[in-house]
Amino acid sequence: MLQKDVLVIGAGPAGLAASIEAGKYGASTLLVDLNMQPGGQLFKQIHKFFGSSAHRSGTRGYDIGKQLLQEAQEANVEIWMQSTVIGIFPEHKVAIEKGLDSGKKEMITIQAKKIIIATGASENAIRFNGWTTPGVMGAGAAQTMINVNHVKPGQQIVMLGTGNVGLIVSYQLMQAGCDVVSLIEAAPKIGGYAVHAAKIRRAGVPIRLRHTIIEAKKGENGCVCGCVIAEVNEHFQPIPGTEETIACDTIALAAGLKPTMDLVKLAGCKLTFNGPFGGYIPLHNDRMETSCLGIFVAGDTTGVEEANTALEEGKIAGISVAEDLGLISPDTASNQRKEIWERLHSLRLGPFGERRMQEKEAVMKEYETCIGAPIPIQ
Amino acid sequence: MCLRVKNHVILDCEHTGKEVEILVDGKVIKAFEGEPVLAALLNAGIKINRYTVKRKEPRGLFCGIGQCTDCAMVVDGKANVRTCITPVQAGMVIQTQDGLSKGE
Repeated sequence: MLQKDVLVIGAGPAGLAASIEAGKYGASTLLVDLNMQPGGQLFKQIHKFFGSSAHRSGTRGYDIGKQLLQEAQEANVEIWMQSTVIGIFPEHKVAIEKGLDSGKKEMITIQAKKIIIATGASENAIRFNGWTTPGVMGAGAAQTMINVNHVKPGQQIVMLGTGNVGLIVSYQLMQAGCDVVSLIEAAPKIGGYAVHAAKIRRAGVPIRLRHTIIEAKKGENGCVCGCVIAEVNEHFQPIPGTEETIACDTIALAAGLKPTMDLVKLAGCKLTFNGPFGGYIPLHNDRMETSCLGIFVAGDTTGVEEANTALEEGKIAGISVAEDLGLISPDTASNQRKEIWERLHSLRLGPFGERRMQEKEAVMKEYETCIGAPIPIQ
Repeated sequence: MCLRVKNHVILDCEHTGKEVEILVDGKVIKAFEGEPVLAALLNAGIKINRYTVKRKEPRGLFCGIGQCTDCAMVVDGKANVRTCITPVQAGMVIQTQDGLSKGE
């Protein structure tokens, strides 16, 4: 059986950052991901990041992605793409299915001293009538099509949701040459940053507050040909008689994300429910270790945030496994973690961030009271 | 129909893979080697990838990153291939999937 010091699952910002740290200190590190290319969702982020220079503000997401891949190579991280983890067993044996759906798949079992789960998050769906019709898709899916695959998912787009994802993806769809017809938002105010909303408004695209989509219209070709929207009351229920039909061929859903928890559950990590973080998440301590000894987590899997927090959490996980493998001293590890936690504090400020800091602290506190010390996978 | 993104203000949208042909339900379409099969289909205006088992309802792109399986098709005789994470190769034979097709 193939033996590794560290197995990192998920090659997005968190997984890459964790692998780079572990690899840098000399751990034999294998990074696996089911997609065609590493980088997770970074390569579809064509906008410049916010924040301080310590967090590469002003740099576009895909440039950060390229930089990380370079660093991973320098840290001797081995990367397997098109590789899906399908089992995590006692003694850290892991079953990996490797290969394309269209080709021959290989089943490989490996054993890793430490495992870092960084599987990210998936988009939430909104279940109005006809929501399964081709042409209804996640906003992130539309973003992947234009920015990574360079193909438009459709020509006339209606966006549901005005959080930062809804706003940014709408603008990027315009940059790609799509006609964004309207943005629909159930709340009485726009969810995301005013700077993003202003770009949409300057382009003359209407943002319909206190409205929701109640139906996707299916055309003769079996695909979306429009949507019915309606005004909602203070309980977010559609008000009869306010329906309007909008012509479009694509409905993009930007209704938040939830952590991808399959492997965390499979490993038997203790969970907690956290609304602001998007649903069930694994309890973890300030070293990013779960209730299972030697199983670490990082990034959106631990609660939906953004790429910079994922990077920082990934680094913490990488440093902690290097410490547990005896590659760096506990003092060095603890000092480095302290610095990163300070940077995380600065990221989790402001109207959007502060709540997340409080929730993060609550998660770690619950870990201390309910778990204390991690135990091996049962 | 052409839905390729062109003249983008930030991105260089030139494909690095060479232009090849693939066969979709008996019809030849152009695609770039290495791009996801799904992207080539979208560009050709094909949005339905499969029909559901019981109600025979159409399904197409939903997540675009290999998680939801709504874009599964029969590729070179193999069923349940997620076209959003399967790269194009010259001469691929693609079929719309009917239910839980067993392929060939």
